[in-house]
Amino acid sequence: MRKTVVPFGPQHPVLPEPIHLKLTIEDERVTEAIPNLGYVHRGLERLADVRDFHQMIQVVERVCGICSVIHALCYCQGVEELMGVEVPPRARYLRVMWSELHRVQSHLLWLGLFADSFGFESLFMQFWRVRERIMDISEATTGNRVIVSVNVIGGVRRNPDAEQLRWLLTQLDWVEAEIQRLETTMLEDYTVKKRTVGKGVLTSEKAYELGAVGPVLRGSGVAQDTRQTGYAAYGELHFEPVVETGGDCFARSKVRFREALASIDLIRRAISRLPDGEVRAKIKGKDDPQGETVMRVEQPRGELLYYLKGKGEKNLDRVRIRTPTFANIPPLLVMLPGLYLSDVPVVTLSIDPCISCTER
Amino acid sequence: MFRMTPNIMRNLVVKKSTRRYPYEVREPFDKARGELINSVERCIFCGLCESKCPSRCIEVDKQAYKWNYDPFACVYCGVCVDVCPSKSLHQKTQYRKPVAERLTISLQGQPRKKAKDKEKGKEKEAPAAEPGAEPSPPPAAAGTDD
Repeated sequence: MRKTVVPFGPQHPVLPEPIHLKLTIEDERVTEAIPNLGYVHRGLERLADVRDFHQMIQVVERVCGICSVIHALCYCQGVEELMGVEVPPRARYLRVMWSELHRVQSHLLWLGLFADSFGFESLFMQFWRVRERIMDISEATTGNRVIVSVNVIGGVRRNPDAEQLRWLLTQLDWVEAEIQRLETTMLEDYTVKKRTVGKGVLTSEKAYELGAVGPVLRGSGVAQDTRQTGYAAYGELHFEPVVETGGDCFARSKVRFREALASIDLIRRAISRLPDGEVRAKIKGKDDPQGETVMRVEQPRGELLYYLKGKGEKNLDRVRIRTPTFANIPPLLVMLPGLYLSDVPVVTLSIDPCISCTER
Repeated sequence: MFRMTPNIMRNLVVKKSTRRYPYEVREPFDKARGELINSVERCIFCGLCESKCPSRCIEVDKQAYKWNYDPFACVYCGVCVDVCPSKSLHQKTQYRKPVAERLTISLQGQPRKKAKDKEKGKEKEAPAAEPGAEPSPPPAAAGTDD
């Protein structure tokens, strides 16, 4: 059989962001996939040279629009560690609340895009309609919809009052009911299962070996979540990871669907235990970050890693960001061979690729 | 099969999820971070907003008492509002309307009287002047240039 090389991307209807996959096809089946990255590199890490470590918060938030809170949270935790700042307990709980809100909206966005990738337009619209309510909650509590800019070094900038939290909880009840209404469609529908079950299977050994992270790893039956390390207030909230054993696209979408609901539970738990007090620790002007640290947090897509190095000046010496999609590309290349070309979009989207994150 | 059908039937009777946007606009939230406004009569031209701005969209000319702002480079993070010592900066809850041409907002302030001068002035004019009243009228001149 003769080989054909098909370029998949960088522009493709199913891809929200540009990634190029060079697919070698034999008789409609993929035999090899070679990725090509670098279409949206912006050099944000380099900006640490010209922006001081406070201004870098707004820069790292722009690494990824969908999980801006979590990027800023990771960066702030790293700098706080370098400076030896103690974050007030209320701020730690609020950070959990906002990062879980972001996880819900990110998963809903992905579930919609995933439904769209196999042509289920109406399901896509339903998920995005629900997501819009989360964006409203973000705007009401922090001031902005997407890039909420709420984390600062030493705590958070906004302090929602009791009335606002009560409003937030009623809105969350609506969101939860609406997500549950879509459960039978997403997890039991024939058309959904036809396109996802058994597609792009990744065994748990392979997932672990290739360093998969996030829902890709948990969809393959490995119970590993960075939130188990107990950063911010997760250690006090009895967090348990969501795990599925299928290892295929369906298992990954199930993990994300259940995680969205689990995140809503986490927000409720965080609000019910929210301590009173300050939300922002005072930072002394003279203590600039010095030394180096590695900070890990859980993004909606998986483990996010920041390496920070300070030299006792306003500007950090080095900011290195490793995003979850970067870790999930090797597992994707193992999933693709053997698939029909028509399944490639669905499987590619199942790792939740965030390319501008990856290229920074 | 047909798992979506009840949802579709329900959507026939419930309210629409979308708005006819330019004609119907949702009320902004109380704490939304919208358009950045500088009440230049209160501005002391300290330059803190300029040094803290992560996108470097503000330029303060301390000698000429000029406050220049590029609303298209602004990311509406609100850091300048938080650090402003004279509270002359604030953000509206409404977003800036889209425009077809790029513009820079340039505000001209007036030099503040130094504390010593003020005291002298008060001594001369004596009890008539109210303590809270600002002596100079708002000289704000909003000009636009590219």
